[in-house]
Amino acid sequence: MAAIPLEHGLLLAGILFSLGVIGLLVRRNVIFILMSLEIMLNAAGLAFVAAGARWGQADGQVMFVFILAMAAAEVAIGLALVLQIYKRLQTLDIDLASLLKG
Amino acid sequence: MVTAFYIASAVAIAATIMVITRTQAVHALLYLIVSLLSVAVIFFCLGAPFVAVLEIIIYAGAIMVLFVFVMMLLNLGPESAQQERQWLNPRMYIGPAVLSLVLLIELVYMINQGLATVYSPTVVAPREVGISLFTTYVLGVELAGMLLLAGLVGAFHLGRRRERREHGTDTTTQAADTESSPNVTVGEDS
Repeated sequence: MAAIPLEHGLLLAGILFSLGVIGLLVRRNVIFILMSLEIMLNAAGLAFVAAGARWGQADGQVMFVFILAMAAAEVAIGLALVLQIYKRLQTLDIDLASLLKG
Repeated sequence: MVTAFYIASAVAIAATIMVITRTQAVHALLYLIVSLLSVAVIFFCLGAPFVAVLEIIIYAGAIMVLFVFVMMLLNLGPESAQQERQWLNPRMYIGPAVLSLVLLIELVYMINQGLATVYSPTVVAPREVGISLFTTYVLGVELAGMLLLAGLVGAFHLGRRRERREHGTDTTTQAADTESSPNVTVGEDS
């Protein structure tokens, strides 16, 4: 049984990451932006796991665990900020939340 | 197993395209869960069963539940009943259901084939991952713990300010005033 080539795993990770970037750029709803961030982090983890599987090392999976922890922390803060934005502006349009603009 | 990888890849790409093109956030969330499940199947095909299970439990389980809770908090209002009726429309969940069915058929097929076919030739067992995690990368584990603690404190802080605004004054301008002197108001709360 042939193993899956590394290039195909990395290609899939690249496609998923690009879809995440596209979603990040075209959507203005902050919930969708957070979802696109999740897609991108997931694609980065997929690249790590694919590379780790290619050489039969556990390091790729360890990196995925770290990415998972970071994604959990990021999404907790991000969703708390979403609630704050909605409370203050009554909308999820990220263009209106430009209060920090100088 | 190699075909399972390509089928799961196709499902992942299709589900991800659906995520970034939906207008309803909950529908996008359904497709995002399908996308994460198919990535878990891909991990399994790549010989990484530990992270495949973690992907399902933490990503598709815990993190997506956070999204669902936030959407529940945001959708308070009279339009929620009408939205609920819309969600019960079979047209809305037929897409994720079909994509999940493909993954289920794959799973049943791989289990029927026996363990020799399911496991890839270069499988990295959870035992090796655990040993590597707690010897070579133990500093990373400590840093991840600190990061999660910071995330917990930050999320609690942001959520607490929101709560205080609900209990206290209702206008946003007064709430912004109390924000500038957080110490005083925190003292009042406690």
